[in-house]
Formats: sequence, structure tokens, C-alpha cells
Amino acid sequence: MAFLDLTNLEKVFGANRVVTDFSLGIEKGEFVSLLGPSGCGKTTVLRMVAGFETPTSGSIRIDGQDVTGQRTNQRAIGMMFQAYALFPNMTVADNVAFGLKIKGVPRDEREARVAEMLRLIGLPDLGSRFPFQLSGGQQQRVALARALAPRPRVLLLDEPLSALDAKVRVSLRNEIREIQRELGITTIFVTHDQEEAMSISDRIVVMNGGIAEQAGAPFEIYNHPRTRFVAGFVGTLNIFTATVEVPEQGLLTVAGQRVALPTGGIAARAGDTVTLALRPEAIQLGSAEGREVVIPATIEEVHFLGSVIRVRARVMDTIVALDTFNRPDQPPPSIGSSAEISFSLRDVILLP
Amino acid sequence: MKRLLAWAAFLAGCLYFLLPLVGMTEFSLKMRRGEYSFDAYARVFEDPRFWETFGYSLTLAAATIVFGVLLVVPTAYWVRLKLPQARPVIEFITLLPLVIPAIVIVFGYIRLYNTSSILPLTGSAFGTDILLMMGYATLALPYMYRAVDTGLRTIDVATLTEAAQSLGAGWFTILARIILPNVLVAVLSGAFLTLAIVIGEFTMAALLNRPAFGPFMQLLGANRAYEPPALAVIAFAITWGCMGLIQLVTRLSKHERAKV
Repeated sequence: MAFLDLTNLEKVFGANRVVTDFSLGIEKGEFVSLLGPSGCGKTTVLRMVAGFETPTSGSIRIDGQDVTGQRTNQRAIGMMFQAYALFPNMTVADNVAFGLKIKGVPRDEREARVAEMLRLIGLPDLGSRFPFQLSGGQQQRVALARALAPRPRVLLLDEPLSALDAKVRVSLRNEIREIQRELGITTIFVTHDQEEAMSISDRIVVMNGGIAEQAGAPFEIYNHPRTRFVAGFVGTLNIFTATVEVPEQGLLTVAGQRVALPTGGIAARAGDTVTLALRPEAIQLGSAEGREVVIPATIEEVHFLGSVIRVRARVMDTIVALDTFNRPDQPPPSIGSSAEISFSLRDVILLP
Repeated sequence: MKRLLAWAAFLAGCLYFLLPLVGMTEFSLKMRRGEYSFDAYARVFEDPRFWETFGYSLTLAAATIVFGVLLVVPTAYWVRLKLPQARPVIEFITLLPLVIPAIVIVFGYIRLYNTSSILPLTGSAFGTDILLMMGYATLALPYMYRAVDTGLRTIDVATLTEAAQSLGAGWFTILARIILPNVLVAVLSGAFLTLAIVIGEFTMAALLNRPAFGPFMQLLGANRAYEPPALAVIAFAITWGCMGLIQLVTRLSKHERAKV
């Protein structure tokens, strides 16, 4: 049994089923992200783990103990909120000490722990400040220290970076991950930002319409999406329609070219259309050895992003996005010019 | 021309409100023939009944404030947190004391809590004091509820509650250590308004036959010439003092929050 075990969780609000048959096991010290669009049920799952919502059915176990019916204040969890939620009437030190006071930790021990936590978040000298005297990033660091101070069994992060500006967001997410690794605390992170989820998670659970569509390591989710939704939601995707010629051999026709899938036969009938998906980095400008499919295209947009150049090219009726690395000796293609794009069938994701 | 008219209207308004006050104050200073003096005020302050009734009303005001805070803060908090759909109903209920005259309320009390009822509160002085305090709390309810509700609007009640719960806090701790300190300015505003209402209230205290400041003012007004206006000026000073304190507390709080 996993350290945090969610079994067949369901949540219904009136006639609205928000979470359907959600099961997930999280090992001790693991960092798992719940990723999905707004309204997919990720926050509801987190709130059920926190105890703010009671599951309609299913169970939640932490370290073998069934906490499904337990109140929030008895679950020994730590939580960070999008809106920081620091207590405005208390100083930073009092905020961090709050959970320890509730637990009845003696004063000396409490003060030492607060100092340790403030050192951990890199704000050792701001204990006497009030929340309104801190920047957003500092407030969220304090919120992290406050959540961690009472040594919770599970740390729950409810989109804690959403209210911060881009630069702070990146640095703080790295800090959160470092601290989480250092303390080895089991963590659930809710976000709708796929880059955020992929950069810091051990595992990602992609949710859609209250259902966990796929759970796996970021590499797995990105490169081997199991559903069309996961493929589309995580990263950018180019879609090609192909016609099945000989299903047993995986022979297809794509953009007028007859190609054979390296994976061999597919479960379809001759004449069926199937959807092939490709990540932008799997498509190259021009032809190259080992790239079986070469298609003529017209360059429509060129975005120079520094190390990467993102090109949007028209292939028949579809727009294809592709990424190439910047090379100083090779200027980006000009808009309106004709070009060839190529890809290898090994990089193709066959969507169900 | 427009500006002139506006100033003229403003001055006319000021005269309308200030002239009676100035006249009353001037009259209260005329007790000694031919010169202004504070004799009327001295008489009032020398009267032991002034201190007795004022002390009684002050005590009841303090009790009313404590009772009001204990009743209103948890109610307004709970309505905001768990029953937002009930807000219009609660607001309507809290407004009722403004439309139901105090005399109706107090007759209702007398009928419900008289000596032959199940709960004979009017049977003892202490019981009547409790009844009077409840009556005052009812009269102050519209002001106290609105003040606290406005205070609660300025903080994220739901998230702060959840943050405190995740740290192990129960309802009492959340109310006492998170919610109340954060709406303290609003509670103080409500408290000063309650004080002003209780100090000047006549109907309930008179009909329940309690030695409050309101009936004393009425008694003095019926029997003396110069002391009643002096007393009225004192009552005004208390009320305005309360209003000034509300402003001061609000400003100090804003100043504290703005300081970085």
C-alpha cells in the first residue's frame, strides 16, 4: 500500500459529478502533480485530501490510517494556497509558529523551529515583518514555511505559483522542489500549467472531466500520451490524418506518401483514417537522413525565441508548428517561402 | 453661479443643524444672571443621580457590546463562510429593529418575560438588566452587524479559515485568533455606535423602570431649566466623542496597513 492512498474517490455536487472513480497511490517523499484545465476536478481531489470536502464515495488513507471522515485539523497536513492566506494580524514569525502553538510545542522549541524554517526559505531576518510588508514571492515562501513548520505528513500545494510573476514563479518552483527533496515530504501539487508540472514532478496525473486520464513520469506523459486529451493538453501537437492501407503491416498514406509505421500492424481496417500526432521538435525544416516522410510546405510565421526558432508552416490545409535550434550560420526561413518539412515515423504518436 | 448656489445650500444646511445646538449651548451657559458660566454643568455633575445613571448605562453598554460581539461576529462569520445564500435574510432580520419601534419591542418583552411567564426576567432587578441589555443589543444590531460584515468583506474569510484548519486550528481558535483580530476595527466601530445608542436610549429603560441615563435626562428636562440643555450638550459630547474615536481607530488602522 502506498503512503497516501486515494481509492475510488467520487465527488458529486448536486447533479454535477466533479470527480469520478479517482484512484492514486503516492509513495512517501514523492512529488505528484495533478494537471488539467479549469473545472477538471484537480482542486476538488486536493480539497478532499485536505478534508475541506467530504468524498461522496471512496477512501483516503495516509500512512495506512483511514482519514476519509476525519476533520482537516486532525489530518496533520500542510497546505499552500494560491492567495498566500497568511494571517494579516500576525508577524511572519507568528504565522510560521501558528501551527506549532496549536500543537502545544514549548516556546524554546517553537522559536528554534521558526528560525530553522525561515532559514530554509531564505528569509531569516524577516520574522518581525507583517505580511503586507512582503512581496508576493516572499509571502508565498512564508506560507511554505508555515505549512512545513508542524512537520505535516503530506504537503498540499493548490496552485501556489499562479499569482506570481513569471520570473518569481520559476525560481520559487525550483525552491519548492529543492525544499521538498531536502525534507522528503510527500507532496501533491495542483496546477494547470503543464511546464510547471513537468519541471518539478516525479509523476503527473493528467485530469479531464473529473477523470484521471493518465498518470506517469513527465517523460512518459509527454512522449507517450495514452489519450487524445493528454496528447493535446501536454505540450504542442501537430495533427496529421492518414489513411490505412494495409493494417497488418502498418502501411499508411500521409500527405500523399505511402509509409510504414515502425511499430508494425495497427488495429484498424483498410480505408480507415487514423490520426498521427507529432511534437514540434520532432519535425525538421528540410529533409535529412532517417526521416522517412518529407512534405512540401509554405512558411507562414517565424518566431525567433533566442535559442529556439518556432516556425509555423502550411501543409495543405493544416498549419504545422515546428521548433529548430538557432544556428548563427543559418538564418531563419523567410515568411512566404517554400520549404520542405520532414519527420521520422519513430516520433509519430498514433492517437486513439 | 452654480458653485455659489452650492455654497449657499451648504451654509443653509449648517445653520439649520448648528443654530439649535449653539442656542442650546448658549442657554446652558446662562444660569448665572448677566454672565456666562458653567454653573448648570456643575449642578449636573454634582447631582449623584447623574453619576449613578451614567455609570449604570456605561455598565450596560459594556455588557451590550460584549454580548453583541459574541452574537454578531460568529453569526456574520458563519453566514459569510457557510451560508452566503442566507445573507439577504440575515440582513433583513438585522434591519428589523430600525423599522420596529423600541416601544413595541419592549412591550413584547414585558409580555413575554413578565412575572407570570415561564422565564420571569422582570421579576428581579438583575433579570430586568439582562432583558434591557438584550433590548439594547437588538437596537444596536443593524449597526453592529453591518460594521462586522463590512470588516469581514475586507479579508478572505474562507481561505484564512482553511489555512488555519490545515494548521490544526479548531473553530474557537480560528474565531478568536484569526477572524476577530482582523475585524477588530470594524468591531470597535460597532462598539462605539452601541455605546452612543445605549447612553441616549430612553424608551426601553423607562418602561422597564431601570435607572439609566436616558430616563434621568428626561426627568431633569421635566423639572429644571438650565440643567437639561447642559445634560444634552454632555450627551452630544459623548456621542461625538464616540464618532471621533471610530474615525481615529479607522485612520490609525489604515495608517498601520499603509506603512511599509
